[in-house]
Formats: sequence, C-alpha cells, structure tokens
Amino acid sequence: MKTNSLWKDSFKQLARDKISLISLLIVLFYALVAILSATGIIAADWSKEVGGSNLPPSFEHFFGTDFLGRSVFIKLIRGTQIAMSVGLATSLIAIPIGVVLGAVAGYFGGWVDDLITWLYTTFSSIPNIMLLIAITMILGKGLFAVYVALGATSWVNLCRLIRGEVMKHKEREYVQAAGAIGGGHFRKLFIHILPNVTHIVIINTSLQFQVAIKSEVILSYLGLGVQGEPSWGTMIDDAKLELAKGVWWQLAGATLAMFFIVLAFNMLGDALRDSLDPKLKGK
Amino acid sequence: MTRYIIRRLLYLIPVLLGVSLIIFVLFNVVAGDPTAVLLGKNATPRQMQELREQLGLNKPLFAQYLDVVRSAFTFDFGRSWSSKQEISQMLRQGAYPSLCLTIPAFVISTVLSLVISLGVAFYRGKGIDLFVRFCCIAGMSVSALAYILFFQYFFAFKLGWFEISGFEFGFPDFVPFIALPAIIWIVLSIGPDVRFFRTVILDEIYQDYVRTARAKGLSEMHILLKHVLRNAMIPIITYVVIQIPFLILGALLLENFFSIPGLGGITLNALNSSDFPVIKAMAILSSVVYIVFSLISDILYTFADPRVKLK
Repeated sequence: MKTNSLWKDSFKQLARDKISLISLLIVLFYALVAILSATGIIAADWSKEVGGSNLPPSFEHFFGTDFLGRSVFIKLIRGTQIAMSVGLATSLIAIPIGVVLGAVAGYFGGWVDDLITWLYTTFSSIPNIMLLIAITMILGKGLFAVYVALGATSWVNLCRLIRGEVMKHKEREYVQAAGAIGGGHFRKLFIHILPNVTHIVIINTSLQFQVAIKSEVILSYLGLGVQGEPSWGTMIDDAKLELAKGVWWQLAGATLAMFFIVLAFNMLGDALRDSLDPKLKGK
Repeated sequence: MTRYIIRRLLYLIPVLLGVSLIIFVLFNVVAGDPTAVLLGKNATPRQMQELREQLGLNKPLFAQYLDVVRSAFTFDFGRSWSSKQEISQMLRQGAYPSLCLTIPAFVISTVLSLVISLGVAFYRGKGIDLFVRFCCIAGMSVSALAYILFFQYFFAFKLGWFEISGFEFGFPDFVPFIALPAIIWIVLSIGPDVRFFRTVILDEIYQDYVRTARAKGLSEMHILLKHVLRNAMIPIITYVVIQIPFLILGALLLENFFSIPGLGGITLNALNSSDFPVIKAMAILSSVVYIVFSLISDILYTFADPRVKLK
C-alpha cells in the first residue's frame, strides 16, 4: 500500500478546497505587490501629484485622489508593503523566540520550565494593547518600534503551544529510540521532536500574521507607526476628517485592502488547522 | 483544592514582580532621562537636578524598581506630567465613564453571542451555520476603525439618531452618549465570541453523554440547553471572566472617537502628550486587574469542573 506523508496529504486537501486555494492565492498576490513595491518597481512615486485634490474614483484613479492630489490607489500599494513587512518582521521575531523557548521548556522541564513559564505568564499579564503602546512610545515612533512591540507580544502564544506539544512528544517511543541509539538532548529535541510540531508554527503564524496587520493599522492610526509614508492606518486617520465632506474613498480603499488580506489569512489559518492537525483528521 | 488556591495565590508574587520588572525596564531604563523634555530647551543643570530628585530618578535603579512594585499595590502613581493632577485621582474619575460604556455593552454582546452560537450549533452544517460562520470571519476582517468611523458618520452625523460625541455623568443622562459606542462594541465582539462559543459547544455535542441523552429520546433542544450548555459553560466562563479586565481598560478607540472621558481616552491623551507616568500607571493598573481576574477564572474553573485534577 502506498502511503502519503502528512504534508503531502495536507497540501492535496488544501488544493482541493477552493476557499483555501483562493486564500493562498490572495496571500501570494499581496506578498508579490509588497515585494514589487519594496524593490521600487511599482508605487515608487506615491508622493507625486497626479490630479486635483480629493477627486472621486474614476477609471484614471481607481480610488480617487487624496487632499494633496496623490493617487489613493498607489498609496494603498505602499500601505500593502508596510502591512506585509510588519507581518513578516513580527513572525521573524516571534517564531525563533517562541519555538526555542517553548521547546526547551517542554523538553527539559524542571527549573528551566518554571523560568520560561514565568516569563511568558508575565508577558501575557500585561494587556497587549498597553504593552504595544508603551513599547512604541518609548522606542520612538516608527516602523522599528512597531516590529519590536509586535514581536515582543506575539511570541507568547506560540511558546505556550510548542511547550505543551513538546511535553507530549518527549515520552514517545520514537524519542526513546533516538536516545537508545545514542542521540543527545539536542539531537532528540531539534532533529526528532521539532519536525513533529512544525504544524503548530505554521497554523499560529498564519493567524498571527493577520493580528500583526490589524495591530499595525491601529498603531499607525494612533500615530505610533510608520512616519512620512502612507499606511492603511494613517489613511484611515486622514479619512476621519474627510468623511464629513463626503470623501469616502480613502477609508473605503484602506478598509478593503485590509479586509481581503486579513480574511485570507483567517480562512487559511482555519483550513491549515483542519488539514495539518492530525487530531482533527477524519472529523 | 485549598492547597491549589494557596499555591495559585503565591504564584501572584513572581508574576507581579515580573510585570513590574518589564514596566520598570521600559520606563526607567530604556526611556532615559525625561528632564530635558520636561523642562524644555532653556533648562539649567540645577533645575534638571532638582526635577530628577523630585521624580525620584536620582535614586539607585533598584530603589526605582521597588517604587514601581510598590505602586502596583498602593496605586499611588505620582502626578501626571501634563495636567499635574494626581494620577490615581484621574483614574478614579475615568473609571466611571469607561464602565458605563463597557459593562452594558459587554453583558449584551455576551448574551447575544451565546444565543446566536446555540442557534447555529442547533443547525450545524446547514446553510444558516455556514452563513453565520462566514459573517463572523468577514466581520472580524474589517478594521475596528472602519466600523467606528462609518457608524459614527452614518448613524450619528448623517441620520442624527445618536449623539456624535461627549458624555454626561449620572444615570439616565449618559445613555444617549454611550448608546452608539455600545452598539459598535457589540458588533465588534460578536464575531470572535460566536466563533469561540460555537467551537466549544460543538466540541461537547460529539461527546458520548450526548449520544446517550439522544438514545434516551430527549429532544435536541433539551439536550442542547440542559446537557451541552452546562458543560460548555466551563470554557465559556473562563473566556468571559478573562475579558473583564479589558472592560476597566475601557474601549480605547471608542472613547477616543466619541470623546468619552474614560480610562481609554485618558490613555490616548497621555499618548499624544507623551505623558509617561499616566501610560505607566495604566500599564500597571491593567496588568494588576488582569492578574487578579485570571486568578479568579482559574479558581472558578476548578469549582466548575470536578474533572480538573489538582496536583
């Protein structure tokens, strides 16, 4: 009998499911836009005046123009770059910290576990929004502060999940077998156990990514995020005053741009959980 | 049971010390010397020295850390930099409008979400279930800012059904001011709440005792309300209790948009005027409340679920 690996199975299941396939394509599309914008191929001239002030949407300017006559559509592309970079940077900070601390705590137990559990309990005891505000305020406004703040808040959940899962795995036969043929702690933990808990990292990252994007929008709206460049949050901030004058396109554009990527990550996260979590198999 | 509670109570100490440590590192070590900012360009070294003494910044770092720990117990946070008011006084005044908004909104949204999720659990897998689930995810994907802006513009500004902003103290007077923000709060929380409650209820529905109840010939409605809901209440209570601290924090964005002088509004004003002590006080206060309520939820959990084995 031919058997497929969990990964192969999961990928097949994902590809069959139209909704998750579309979600994946949306994520890839946003990533492509962000890369093209970051390398300066598109949207490099976002600050250029392309028409009159506050022009409504037309074929020439899909989302109209803002009060300085800049194209809202190009600003949205620039905002996509900021949002995706925040999601990526947050993941790059949170994943190594969360995985290593969680794995070490779950595997070794004892005082190491106590210390790490104390550390993440402490971090999770400060309501996220207060920690985000405090860190960005103290480090000074800007993208760097947003990366650090979101990284500092988002490793906690991953760490807790990895710890629990590693704890379950460390007594399993395959780990004992690895020990019996002379594998040390490092080998057992990182070569044998970790590959078996990767699905948690993937599911968590998919859901964390959209939390990071949503938080960036709010922090930018509060004036703590990116400075001197358009972000979905600052565009919504602009719209706050324009709405009474009937200028709705900046709000609509930023909301729509954010809506699709957050929705896609939500759907993808759910689908990944269904297909990768062996416990839910066949339910 | 008593031993567990005592152990859990003792665990408060390291967590509180840890939270104080993070806040201390952020505000006293990383943030640096605030005197230059506070006194402006023409400050003399003597003035700066005096101010440092006044703020307790000339003490050794360990003594400053102890000050932070002490404030977590006494709630004595010193004075605001911008309004020079006693911060504990500001927080007491801000708590009233915040709670006027968040408590009714929280109660209504929790009950409503529970009713909706019982409904969709009853019709699980059918069209209505799929529809509600999609609405939840879609609703959660729209920025909170967009909801607030649109609702405020449309219902308060355009249609004039509600007050656009402001607040009045005293019972019937505040109702028109909090009505719209409360509605927005409910709209914002129904999505995540229903998603969570539905998962919890469905987890129970596939248990063996439900099959037994069905085999006895009980009606589906009876099973859902008497058997499933009781068991599902355990995680639901935990989820609800752990949200209570955020009621005290107030609705940051809502209070800001609707000019409600609550704790959330105070926090954002402090943010705009770089009023570090107020932000620090809010961080400490909200953490202490969070820690207390997570303790309560843990203890409630052991009462509600006898299966929880206490080591």
